[in-house]
Amino acid sequence: MSKIDAKIPEGPLAEKWTKYKATQKLVSPNNRKKLDVIVVGTGIAGAPAAASLAEMGYNVKVFCFQDSARRAHSVAAQGGINAARNNKNDGDSVYRLFYDMIKGGDFRAREANVYRAAEVSSEIIDQLTAQGVPFAREYGGTLANRTFGGVQVSRTNYAQGQTGQQVLLGGYSALKRQVALGKATMYSRQQMLDVVVIDGKARGIITRNLVTGEIERHAAHTVVLATGGYGTIYYLSTLAVQSNGSAAMQAYRKGAMFGNPSFIQIHPTCIPVLNEYQSKLTLMSESLRNDGRIWVPKAEGDKRRPNEIPDEERDYFLERRYPAFGNLVPRDVASRAAKERCDNGFGIGKTGLAVYLDFRDAVAKQGKKVIKGKYGNLFDMYEKITGEVPYETPMMIYPAGHYTMGGLWVDYNLMTTIPGLFAIGEANFSDHGANRLGASSLMQGAADGYFIAPYTVSNYLADEITTKVPSTDSPEFVEAENEAKAILDKFLSIKGTQTATSFHKRLGHIMWEYAGMKRNEEGLKKAQGLITDLKKEFWSDLIIPGTTAEINQELEKASRVADFIDLALLIVNDALNRKESCGAHFREESMTEGGEAMRIDDKYSFVAAWEYQGEDKEPKLHKEDLKFENVEVKVRSYK
Amino acid sequence: MKLKLNIWKQENAKAKGRFEKYELDTVDAEMSFLEMLDSLNEKLIKEGKEPVAFEHDCHEAICGCCSLYINGHPHGPGSETATCQVHMRAFKDGETITIEPWRAKSFPVLKDLMVDRNAFDKLMAAGGFVSIDAGQAPDANANLIGKIDADKAFDAAACIGCGACVAACKNSSATLFVAAKVSQLALLPQGKVEAKRRALNMIAKMDELGFGSCTNTGACEAECPKGIGIDFIAKLNREYLCASFSEAE
Repeated sequence: MSKIDAKIPEGPLAEKWTKYKATQKLVSPNNRKKLDVIVVGTGIAGAPAAASLAEMGYNVKVFCFQDSARRAHSVAAQGGINAARNNKNDGDSVYRLFYDMIKGGDFRAREANVYRAAEVSSEIIDQLTAQGVPFAREYGGTLANRTFGGVQVSRTNYAQGQTGQQVLLGGYSALKRQVALGKATMYSRQQMLDVVVIDGKARGIITRNLVTGEIERHAAHTVVLATGGYGTIYYLSTLAVQSNGSAAMQAYRKGAMFGNPSFIQIHPTCIPVLNEYQSKLTLMSESLRNDGRIWVPKAEGDKRRPNEIPDEERDYFLERRYPAFGNLVPRDVASRAAKERCDNGFGIGKTGLAVYLDFRDAVAKQGKKVIKGKYGNLFDMYEKITGEVPYETPMMIYPAGHYTMGGLWVDYNLMTTIPGLFAIGEANFSDHGANRLGASSLMQGAADGYFIAPYTVSNYLADEITTKVPSTDSPEFVEAENEAKAILDKFLSIKGTQTATSFHKRLGHIMWEYAGMKRNEEGLKKAQGLITDLKKEFWSDLIIPGTTAEINQELEKASRVADFIDLALLIVNDALNRKESCGAHFREESMTEGGEAMRIDDKYSFVAAWEYQGEDKEPKLHKEDLKFENVEVKVRSYK
Repeated sequence: MKLKLNIWKQENAKAKGRFEKYELDTVDAEMSFLEMLDSLNEKLIKEGKEPVAFEHDCHEAICGCCSLYINGHPHGPGSETATCQVHMRAFKDGETITIEPWRAKSFPVLKDLMVDRNAFDKLMAAGGFVSIDAGQAPDANANLIGKIDADKAFDAAACIGCGACVAACKNSSATLFVAAKVSQLALLPQGKVEAKRRALNMIAKMDELGFGSCTNTGACEAECPKGIGIDFIAKLNREYLCASFSEAE
């Protein structure tokens, strides 16, 4: 018997969550004020979870490393948030959304979790609207919708190209209200350094106050991690430059298993790398593929300006290869198709690592005004970065690291393998399988935060009502603090010659080259060696100015890079182990004759949950077998 | 290109600050302003010197972390631009660039170019929300909201909370920030219920936190990276006056 139990409720798929809520353990209102909850992270999962738990009456302590909760990286989500409301009368339903996510995830997600997210999706839009989120509306006043990749219905709600910002600010405002009411306490500019586990249960965290440098101990009855994804493992990614995988790695080292770490989405439409100094890649929303057509010249090395190339000499390769979905194929498929064209010499621009995203036809048909209304801010953003005007010249785009489907392994309660430690939003692995569909990250994060964690955390806390919050002077806290301090001191004591950023860049290169869009055994093994060498170099030649007792941004970077190096090894290990292609994980040894990803269901229809065995030791694999009782598992085709 | 940099250095909130001069001769016109500062810091660290502390995160002009006052303008050259969108092609070879933090009583400097904008969080906690718990919401289509009102509310809601408006204002007023939030919620039916209380409380909190008054110079609008207009200040004034004249709730 494996150590992992997903605790999926019995019964038909559509009744599982209803039944769970009807039979779960509750905490009465007068007991809730005796219970303390720590929430780390204030994005679209963390802020709503903190606000909702505080509304229920728990005492909530909320932590973020930014100066304000409003800056969590969910703020940068652009295109939209899905909801199965069938607003367009085009055949949408909870089952359809569930099916699209299961298929989009290439049959590597857990049915029960995905169905539940689809089930609460509509309620999220109601909640956000009630908070004052200005979703786009039709002239008649009803919600407007758009279409995203990998689906054949219009179910995406949006607020221009700033949906994430608006949705996040909804959660943030709810959180600020609880702060004003005294039910939630905000700790900003705090970096989490460790989880404290007492008698097998998560009971608190160690943090560093990023202004004073003081190490702090915080105790609670339960800890919720909403710390986001680790796409910055590639250094250049669409994520904010401070986004990181450290909290997840701290939990992993304390015994929380890591699920499918190698499942990382490469987003097809990003502004290409322009120079060697670049610190970040900018995403151009997938919604652009509603009206933009992706192409490269038919002739290899055609150096004419795009507008000089006539239609018959253009290769609209997504429309050619995938007529049913055309430019709106899922992200993994679109990314690989672009890479394939570029690798074969058809890429455009200075580097040859780009393809066109062209709005010529859309502008001609719908007019500039309509296109501006839909994508104005994205076009402006593109112009500011590249100096080119997309209304007149096609955008140049290329894939970049984006979203991590992998994350801490959680059961149906969203609880990790450490009792009392929850992981929600992008920080967990649960809903997107091997590939995430557009506009479902805000949906999943908000679902976890508003409507799932408040129930499942209560279910856990019901058994804790007589437990006292442990003293922060207990030996476990003291030990965790000492260990955290020792690591910080070690960084400073190295006094080498290379900066944290330079190590991060090199790690990013290795990961992009060997564990990016395409992977193979030889490359992954090579990456293992390179990362191991890099790790030795990091711990012997790192330079950090200043001290630990002050604002020290280099120290912050170093601790993130140290965790990224260990996480990179875990990712490569997982990618090596999974010898099939599925979703974003493309093993070159496993593809069809047409070059599409080929799953091997009889061997790999499982979630890989990795258990830490100690520093530099091979982690132990646990398998959660995936059962598909409500969908027919078939070859994912978008042709 | 070569640049001379004149950068504000201040060890911590209590220390006295000063301008430090730096020279950088490896600047590429394609670099973003933040990448230029990154390269300065990499150089300083390797020389065993203290790097310059500055804040940035999303690089997409949406997180609002940037707080650089460049050559006398919040977020530097260009209209409706955040620092992360400024590229070095906007500067000339050999130019001297002066970089300071936001300067306002309510935004104390923490270190170098980093300031404490916690006052904005306090303003939001004073009323920048709709009082609705999770689970209480009616159907999102139950209240029809005309496209024009929804779009106008969105224009106000686009505020990224960076504080450029405060930094640009000679009175260090947060009126545009408050106006954006009050207007967004007052334009929507779901925000109308608490509109009066919100306007009164947020204005009172603004005074309490030491932000100055609005004297309608329009500097905030001119420097706002999201182009939020002072017509929202007119809307705020109207909301505030109406609320002041009506009976206290």
